[in-house]
Amino acid sequence: MTTPLVTASGLSKHFEVGGGGFFGLRKAATLKAVDEVSFTINAGETLGLVGESGCGKSTLGRLLLRLIEPTSGTIAFDGNDITRIGRMEMRGYRRSMQIIFQDPYGALNPRMSVEDIIAEPLVIHGAKPGAETRKQVTQMLEKVGLPARALDRFPHEFSGGQRQRIGIARALVLHPRLIVCDEAVSALDVSVQAQIVNLLQDLQREMGLTYLFIAHDLSVVRHISDRVAVMYLGKVVEVADKKTIYAAPLHPYTQALIAAVPAQHPAQRSRGRRQRIAGDIPSALNPPSGCRFHTRCPHVMPVCRERAPELREAAAGHQVACHLTDI
Amino acid sequence: MNLLEVRGLTTAFMTGRGEVNAIEEVSFSLKEGEILGIVGESGSGKSVTALTVMGLLPQPPARVAAGEVVFNGQNLTRMSDRDMQRIRGPGISMIFQEPMTSLNPVFSIGDQIMETIAAHERLSQADLRKRAIDMLDKVGIPSASKRLDDYPHQMSGGQRQRVMIAMALACNPKLLIADEPTTALDVTIQAQILDLLMDLRDEFGMAIMIITHNMGVIAETADRVLVMYAGRVIEEAPVAQVFDRPLHPYTRGLLECVPSLTEDKPRLVAIPGTLPEPARRPPGCRFAPRCSHALPACSEAIPGLELLEPAHTVACFRAQELAPA
Repeated sequence: MTTPLVTASGLSKHFEVGGGGFFGLRKAATLKAVDEVSFTINAGETLGLVGESGCGKSTLGRLLLRLIEPTSGTIAFDGNDITRIGRMEMRGYRRSMQIIFQDPYGALNPRMSVEDIIAEPLVIHGAKPGAETRKQVTQMLEKVGLPARALDRFPHEFSGGQRQRIGIARALVLHPRLIVCDEAVSALDVSVQAQIVNLLQDLQREMGLTYLFIAHDLSVVRHISDRVAVMYLGKVVEVADKKTIYAAPLHPYTQALIAAVPAQHPAQRSRGRRQRIAGDIPSALNPPSGCRFHTRCPHVMPVCRERAPELREAAAGHQVACHLTDI
Repeated sequence: MNLLEVRGLTTAFMTGRGEVNAIEEVSFSLKEGEILGIVGESGSGKSVTALTVMGLLPQPPARVAAGEVVFNGQNLTRMSDRDMQRIRGPGISMIFQEPMTSLNPVFSIGDQIMETIAAHERLSQADLRKRAIDMLDKVGIPSASKRLDDYPHQMSGGQRQRVMIAMALACNPKLLIADEPTTALDVTIQAQILDLLMDLRDEFGMAIMIITHNMGVIAETADRVLVMYAGRVIEEAPVAQVFDRPLHPYTRGLLECVPSLTEDKPRLVAIPGTLPEPARRPPGCRFAPRCSHALPACSEAIPGLELLEPAHTVACFRAQELAPA
């Protein structure tokens, strides 16, 4: 399982914001949401992608599916460069790559029945509505744990967890190979969240799926992922297999992120015992020079303010972008 | 004497389907300087409990159908709006989940903090300003005297929550109610805010009622814990007891379904089914339809809270029999 299904190389997405104004005199600023990011996702694995708000993790997920177009860099899917292929050719790949969104309330059209919602991807890709399509939709419903009588109902008749199951059924009905789960369980109550996490794992085994699991909850990411990538202000700062990254993180940001997770038992209270990083996440519009984390880093050195560290292999399968490990 | 005493509180709402109880027979108490954690999922009634204590629910549609709230020896449930105004601020203060929507976008944060103080104390403009700067300092806003004239949109989410806390503390409340104070914040900022709340408790000795869906926040902060499910309190115990010896099947489920940060679990132990809506709660024990230990009797009557172990109460017919040795 070491053949990459997805390879991103030097991927960037810059947005122009502001600008215009009187006679267009106000200058636009560039927001580097994703900045020269390279990584791979192996076939059949789950790559967790974590980071705090505004770090670019959702933008990166959408870039991989070309739901938004990259400013530079390339994306290869199954060995084929899909960065610059045309719409019709891309449509062929879309069958193989789908996304599940965070908000089970906003992601489903309230005027469509569950059957129409799940059948829509099939119809877009050429299926004729009819008995055969209905059969596929029913099978998919069963796979995600909903009864066949749900077919004629509408999204508002379901709870948040059930709606997320509908979203999963819609994403899987084309039998894709890659699923981007963008905060797919974040909005759910914990008792329901566990059901959906289990379902995603069962479906992965059954259908041979590859996941990019984007989330901010570090314990859920540890549970579901094989490897984990950490982002900070548009950059991937560390990638490793999950055991390594949680037990022996190398990047000071990863260390701080893990130390900030609330204790799972009152005997492990973190106040006063664990190091906190001070301050807020800087604006992505005006990121710090050099290493973007240097303004909050407890180990900052002069070089960190001048030069951005590159993502380098620190040990086999463990990459980190930090001047500390470069020495 | 307890600072806050809530006895048999039932709050009902008028809805399209008739009157529905959001919370039922909720009882608990809080001592000075104590941190009580109230934990529950959506629809458990934890926020309605807090808003009823604060007297902030619009009546109608809300109505305190039974029970009473006694704060510092005064019965708040029978108090006039005018008298209640005097309790809010110097007596009980509250902070909310969303610091952006709780602050007024067209006033500077300094004006908003000073307004709170001026509502309860007669101070000169200069003294008001000094107090506001003092408060911002206390909650860890750097260069407070300069930030005083900033507007909410000029601050980050974490700073806005600090401003909310400064406003809540401006009148030295005896009790602070924090309703999901860190839910909208990133994890590194959450850690800072939780540290701040604990520091303020240690410094001012105020009691804190912290409402959350996150067992981690409970583990980090609470002295005592109240677990709520579908409008009722189902377990209450000191924090270590809740984590070491949960007696209610729901509490146990809530702890088991959270993945670990250090250990591998092959599969999460999920609680089947979903949380019932307030208008469609099952008869008998509210948790029975999702409970793997439920007997037919569980769906017939509602179990009351019983003291099973020292300082540990639970509402489950089978708690004694299922308790670990």
